Amino acid sequence: MSAHPEGETPRGLSRRPVELVTAAILIALAFVVLWDSYGRGAGWDNGPQNGFFPARVGWLFLAAALFILVQSFRAENSVFVTFAQLGQVSRVLGPLVLFVALIQPLGLYVAASIFILVFMGVVATSRWWSIVLTAILVPIVCFWIFELQFRVPLPKGPLEAMLGY
Amino acid sequence: MEDLSSLIAGFQVALSWQNVGFMAIGVVLGIIVGVLPGLGGPNGVAILLPLTFGMDPTSAIILLSSIYWGALFGGAITSILFNIPGEAWSVATTFDGYPMAVQGKAAEALTAAFTASFIGALSGVILITFVAPLVASFALRFGPAEFFAVFLLTFCSFIGMGRENRAKILASLCIGFLLAAVGLDSISGDLRMTFGSTELMRGFDFLIVVIGLFGVSEILLTVEEGLVFKGKQATIDLKVVLRTWAGLPRYWATLARSSLVGMWMGVTPGGAIAASFMGYGLAKRFSRRGANFGKGEIEGVLAPETAAHAAGTSALLPMLALGIPGSATAAVLLGGLLVWGLQPGPMLFVEQKDFVWGLIASMYLGNLAGLIIVLATVPLFAAIMRIPFSFVAPVILIVCAIGAYTISNSIFDIWLMLIFGIVGYVFKKLDYPLAPLVLALVLGDRAEDAFRQALLGSGGSLGVFVANGLVTTLVALAMILLFWGPVSDLIGAVRRRSGRAGKAAEAAE
Repeated sequence: MSAHPEGETPRGLSRRPVELVTAAILIALAFVVLWDSYGRGAGWDNGPQNGFFPARVGWLFLAAALFILVQSFRAENSVFVTFAQLGQVSRVLGPLVLFVALIQPLGLYVAASIFILVFMGVVATSRWWSIVLTAILVPIVCFWIFELQFRVPLPKGPLEAMLGY
Repeated sequence: MEDLSSLIAGFQVALSWQNVGFMAIGVVLGIIVGVLPGLGGPNGVAILLPLTFGMDPTSAIILLSSIYWGALFGGAITSILFNIPGEAWSVATTFDGYPMAVQGKAAEALTAAFTASFIGALSGVILITFVAPLVASFALRFGPAEFFAVFLLTFCSFIGMGRENRAKILASLCIGFLLAAVGLDSISGDLRMTFGSTELMRGFDFLIVVIGLFGVSEILLTVEEGLVFKGKQATIDLKVVLRTWAGLPRYWATLARSSLVGMWMGVTPGGAIAASFMGYGLAKRFSRRGANFGKGEIEGVLAPETAAHAAGTSALLPMLALGIPGSATAAVLLGGLLVWGLQPGPMLFVEQKDFVWGLIASMYLGNLAGLIIVLATVPLFAAIMRIPFSFVAPVILIVCAIGAYTISNSIFDIWLMLIFGIVGYVFKKLDYPLAPLVLALVLGDRAEDAFRQALLGSGGSLGVFVANGLVTTLVALAMILLFWGPVSDLIGAVRRRSGRAGKAAEAAE
């Protein structure tokens, strides 16, 4: 991505621990794959058993992940993400998680409306009426495109049921 | 000249009113997708794919491939006006494009970029027209072992030619294969790696993974840099276009060189990004004005754009002829073919002539339409970038969620998209390449089937992969590509070390 504005070194999460944790997770995943594949049989039984291929990929994966782990100890340590950036990211990620969580109980359209309200409210760069207008119009446009034009049913909740859809 | 008459028939298919309409819609959507952060080519195609399930396959692929062309054009707009590469392969375009915009020559830079894209794409399409049928008819002789060798070639060239850390490319490929293996095993009918979860029985749909990895993660990366974009203004009038075009013949050598580099790198997968940098690097070395590169030289815009588009287009050649996509977007298009019930690969040229040649003809027309549309509407699309990101971001994320849901009407898939978004964010920041993951996920099952069938035929002996001249050649090529990168790195390191030693000796004297 583009260069960060370099002032006094910004404080943040450093890269090495993130590399290490990622590599560790990959290694754990490799073991899960190997355990599962050998559990079902990764050998030869009138032909390759169904764990045959995943097990071999799993070994390669394990080797690559171990290599990355070793490499990450030797790599130069730098800032992975500054706390300011992390704040920005969480301002998107927080409302996004809320949005996905609300789709099941409220339906996608209402959840989308709440998502826009929360996100634009948190970012707070727009006037309140433009936020409200966006929160109402975007779900309606989506409804028109997907439900009425393409006839793709999206998850609906109590509000849509009340309106008879 | 049977192919030529097929091509003319293809033009008749592609020139129907309906298909021309889809082409225009696709190009416009593609440019929007290319301009907006968080919606790249692969992601845009993935989101729209479910909406085309009910369409005629030829119209559907014309629509989706036009999105691809549009996205390629759109990437250049943001690179030149905003210094933000819309796609990884337009990074090299920013080197000279943005300085030109700063000097007030944005219109020239844009015209040059679009025209170069068109020339690059055209050379790619010509390559497809003449070479793809040959490759396909050759590949009709392939058995499972040969097909696996071609898959191997694809994956090895990713590792060998990649610019990233090789262990990370390998890890990325493995993750793709393993994700592909989750769920029902098509040969034995058993469930694999589902750990008792009914949601995992369906396996991981690559579209969900693409939307998460390329869409959601891109938004997260974009907001890191803040929520405002600052760009240059540009309007293109006909005079500037004609003047720039009049100047182009002088750069024929650069254009030809970049086209060749692009075509070569596009057919070997993972090439578009490398091709754009190679095209730029070669132009810099051979141009008489090479020293001015990076300060706003028009040749520095032409070279990477031509190469990137030649590569991006040529990436469809192995996709059509062998069923092996050369880029992430080609992989998504290939997934689309499977959904529409078309088996990509050599048989496609025999059984679905109308479809194949309609698509190839639409590549000519789509790129021409793209060039005209993009030249006429640049100010409009530059204006999109001026819409506050706090408005654009939630809309893109909602569209991503809808796209993920519609694939198989499952809310669980939206959660998966979110998870892959976070994974993609971390992977991008740690320089794990994402394209190999998607490619392996799309090809995983077929590569595995080929591998197992080959081994079944030979009774488990790996000798089947060196059994005849053809398969041996393919495997040997794969090994050469695999070790090409590491060996040339090693040679480079040794040379640098001896060079440094030499310099130290000179300094000592």
